[in-house]
Amino acid sequence: MKGTTPAKAASARKKRRFTQDDFQLFLLSLPSTIWYLLLCYLPMFGLIIAFKKYKVAPGKGFLWSLFNNSAWCGLDNFRFLFANNKETTINMFRNTIGYNIIFIILGIVLPVALAIMINHLRSEKLAKVTQTAMFLPHFLSWVVVGYFVFAFLSTDNGLVNRIIMSLNGTPVKWYQGEAVGYWPWFLVFLHMWKTVGYSMVVYLASIKGIDESLYEAAMIDGASKWQQTRYITLPMLKTIMIIMFIMAVGKIFNSDFGLFYRTTRNSSSLTSVYLTLDVYVFNSMFNNPRPVYGYISAAGFLQSVLGCLTMIVANAIVRKVDKESALF
Amino acid sequence: MSKSTLTVSGSGMKRFNSIRRSTDIAYSILFILLALLCVIPVIFVIIISFSSEASIGKVGYSFVPAEWSTEAYQYVWHLRNTHGIPTVVMAFLTSIGITLVGTVLGLTLISTMGYVLSRPNFRLRKIYTYLIFIPMIFNGGLLSTYVINTQILGLKNTYWALILPLCCSSFYVIIMRTFFQTTVPDEIIESGKIDGASQLRIFVQLVLPISLPALATIALFLTFAYWNDWYQASLYIESNQHDLFPLQYVLVNIEKNIQYLANNDMAMSANSNALPSETMRMAIVVISVVPIMFSYPFFQKYFISGLTIGAVKG
Repeated sequence: MKGTTPAKAASARKKRRFTQDDFQLFLLSLPSTIWYLLLCYLPMFGLIIAFKKYKVAPGKGFLWSLFNNSAWCGLDNFRFLFANNKETTINMFRNTIGYNIIFIILGIVLPVALAIMINHLRSEKLAKVTQTAMFLPHFLSWVVVGYFVFAFLSTDNGLVNRIIMSLNGTPVKWYQGEAVGYWPWFLVFLHMWKTVGYSMVVYLASIKGIDESLYEAAMIDGASKWQQTRYITLPMLKTIMIIMFIMAVGKIFNSDFGLFYRTTRNSSSLTSVYLTLDVYVFNSMFNNPRPVYGYISAAGFLQSVLGCLTMIVANAIVRKVDKESALF
Repeated sequence: MSKSTLTVSGSGMKRFNSIRRSTDIAYSILFILLALLCVIPVIFVIIISFSSEASIGKVGYSFVPAEWSTEAYQYVWHLRNTHGIPTVVMAFLTSIGITLVGTVLGLTLISTMGYVLSRPNFRLRKIYTYLIFIPMIFNGGLLSTYVINTQILGLKNTYWALILPLCCSSFYVIIMRTFFQTTVPDEIIESGKIDGASQLRIFVQLVLPISLPALATIALFLTFAYWNDWYQASLYIESNQHDLFPLQYVLVNIEKNIQYLANNDMAMSANSNALPSETMRMAIVVISVVPIMFSYPFFQKYFISGLTIGAVKG
């Protein structure tokens, strides 16, 4: 966060009393402050469930149950995640981090390459039209995309199986265990399909902001198009690429829930492919007849803390390398 | 040199400094293919929704159905809830209502907070900066959020559950703050103060009118987020509360829903076997997608300007 005011002004401010102006600004921000306290900060205290053996007291409210009916249990809930539930835990961490690493790499390389290419198109009209079309998936929800996928992969009526059948092949049950090997590819494809257009536009906006005269000077010096890209465009995009990178790394323990949950139709035989931390938490809350709040909260706590740490570490590294590009 | 000559020489240069003809053709083909890849699924689903159920049985989901039909839409129209209103119309209105209320409320929260943070002399500025910043890197996780929202805030099975969790976000607040800092001149605010206006009045009458582009951008982000939201509904709306369903959640529950609605609908119970369930769900997909498809190209420029504002870091 940058709020750099000269040291003098800062010390002057410290001495200053709370003026009427301050009071009015305080009132103006009061609704949002309340929103933040209730919807962001209150849940943070809810994380103490992770350190308790939460038991609902019949007929009593949540707070009463939490404080009077639930014993502290230290790190027991975390121990459960890594001992009794080892396979699931390893699986979900592997999926969460694995997919995210692939998404981060492809999510920078592809959009940057496409943005540079679309900027080179001679026909501006074609560039506009294709850019608009590629922006469309960003505006669709994963539920809708899930039905698109279903139209292609449905076992009985899906386009893919019908084509396989017309070529005398055996149809594949795409949502069953037999197709499990294909799904990592599908998930990566779907993620890129939905996000590439949007990211491309982000990078294109920065490319458009580069001073045209740099390219003219380079051309006069005899630089080829590739050299111009290598020595002008890419360096100019560095800051925005790094910002996008830090933001993505900070979310490495989160996953795009809709992608993993909706497009796979939450099929239980495909679980090993799409079980991420978010899916685990959601499934154990809503698709489990007897949810154990302590374990779920422990998983959520790990997710929050690890995400926070990676964000700070990623930012610190960037700060070391290039102070200007750091996020905070 | 005047600005116009600069542009002319610039574009002249650009023509001279461009890629080879063959590369241009290759790029063009690539982008046409990518564009088709993004649009074709939507067209496919529209075609399916206008196929007859019999056609699906015969040729499957196909770009060339054996028989065209609007039966899916007719059935969707005839599915009524307990008040006799078509379920889809009810869900459509719910989605619109949530989107409108959420966008207005969100704009209020985001712009006031953004404005307050943009005032360099505000006494609590530092505390507020932390207040906004901490939720960006740390949160309570799904379970605590869910427990707090349902047990303490009492949001379960209410419209507020669909509105409140999405209406504010630190990212948007920072975009707004940056906009106010960079484009609203201090002189305007000072002049308001000299005239004795309160901060609320300065904000509403002086600052907001010149901030319309940024407000439009945030409004659009919120509008699309609300329209497309199904996640909040799947957390906070129980699956028997049909009247609270937004359109996207009708889609989530459609398999169960079609059965439920068919069973509940007296007029249709006689021929519920003939329910075109395959085409019906695609018809509801189309109904939820069409408003987006026809509106986003017009709003695209606001999105792009928003992305550029957002790129200015906090």
